Amino acid sequence: MAIEWYLVLSAMLFSIGLAGVLIRRNPVVILLCLELMLSGGALAMLAFSRLHGDGDGQVFVLMVLVVAASEVVVGLGLVVAMFRRRIPLDVDEMKELRG
Amino acid sequence: MVEVAFFFGAIGAIGGALAVVLLRNPFYSVLALVVHLVFLAGIFLLLLSQFIAAAQIVVYAGAVMVIYVFVAAYVGGIEEPMFDASPGLRVFGPILAAALFIEISIAVLGSSLSALGTEGVAKVQPGFGTPEAVGRLMLEDFLIAFEAASLLLLVAAVAAIVLAGRKKDAAPPAESANAGEAG
Repeated sequence: MAIEWYLVLSAMLFSIGLAGVLIRRNPVVILLCLELMLSGGALAMLAFSRLHGDGDGQVFVLMVLVVAASEVVVGLGLVVAMFRRRIPLDVDEMKELRG
Repeated sequence: MVEVAFFFGAIGAIGGALAVVLLRNPFYSVLALVVHLVFLAGIFLLLLSQFIAAAQIVVYAGAVMVIYVFVAAYVGGIEEPMFDASPGLRVFGPILAAALFIEISIAVLGSSLSALGTEGVAKVQPGFGTPEAVGRLMLEDFLIAFEAASLLLLVAAVAAIVLAGRKKDAAPPAESANAGEAG
């Protein structure tokens, strides 16, 4: 199985995630699309790790998992805080920074 | 056999990804992402990354998605009109994504990777991708990254409590909403 298939698949997943980040307005769904982009990057790193027979890429993907988990925790915390303060859950409505 | 498994997993992963973007209800989007991650874990298995695939299922599809489900249920299913606002992005978002995909595909397929592929991918040592191999790499070669990741997770946990925690002396929700409008 040639390695290009995996890379093209990862590019496709990244592009779908990018389109989702751009066209969706709900912050929860935008975070989900960020996960899609991260999984596309993880797939590319695992493909190169397999290509070179080197395990470093797998450790990198684990680090991506950790960063994604942290990002989810902070992002969803922000969503819950927005919901509590009656701020509409729509990124187009958030035009200014307020304390 | 590997090709069949790859295309099966790829169709599932792409279908899940498209469903995440195109479904209107955020709750269904979360469930579609779970499907996507499970199929992607199968593709990880084809790349001899057993431990990553297991971690993907347990950590991502298990734990992280549960947080998403809770939050999506908490804020309620907000049925947003799919192609309603931000008309500029509505048009240019998919175009930009398609252009990026075509560009990366040209770069990948036009590179000399195919020359590498003709002689087959590298032979791997026995035990490649097992928890033992990954753990040995992580605790010997990448110890600083490992410790930094633990610190990052601690900071993220504290941040979640600070951001979403209910303040003890906060006014009841109705009054705080009025105060927010007044302020």
